[in-house]
Amino acid sequence: MNENIKKEIGELIDKNDVCLFMKGTPDVPQCGFSLAVSNILKHLGVNFKSINVLENNEIRDGIKKYSDWPTIPQLYIKREFIGGCDIIKEMFEKKELQIKLSENNISYNK
Amino acid sequence: MSLKSEVIENLIKEAIPDAEIVINDLAGDENHYSATIKSKIFKGKSKIEQHKIVYKSLKGKMGNELHALSINTMEI
Repeated sequence: MNENIKKEIGELIDKNDVCLFMKGTPDVPQCGFSLAVSNILKHLGVNFKSINVLENNEIRDGIKKYSDWPTIPQLYIKREFIGGCDIIKEMFEKKELQIKLSENNISYNK
Repeated sequence: MSLKSEVIENLIKEAIPDAEIVINDLAGDENHYSATIKSKIFKGKSKIEQHKIVYKSLKGKMGNELHALSINTMEI
């Protein structure tokens, strides 16, 4: 993959403790899976950075290679790839996402 | 772009021979599916690793011919 895009993605993940690559924005999601993950983070009151991959095709393709994961959305917490929609939903239901946030000292609504 | 559920099932079965697979066509459009896959292969692996095994079995079709596949993996 293009080194500049790799660097750009790396910087986004470095600079933001909670980073969500999604289709659309938290206010206007463009895909049901992105909506679901964005809503979970909103529900938990987590401060997160969202990146709309529909605005940048290079990031859209790049993040799939970067994470070795073929779908959007993708969630990163403290540089760690957490997963896509199915995994995030399951982790939220089992409170594993909340534990992950706590372990990383990221505040959320308990 | 669409993909028949039998094609998805066969691809998964090819990569994970012991898989018990249940596929639902969520919207009836051959484009939005959910799949529950049970296999011994998932034992001891993280959810990310488990889903990657399923994605790899689909040989690049995920995100291309196949728009949406909700995956639920289980160990047996």
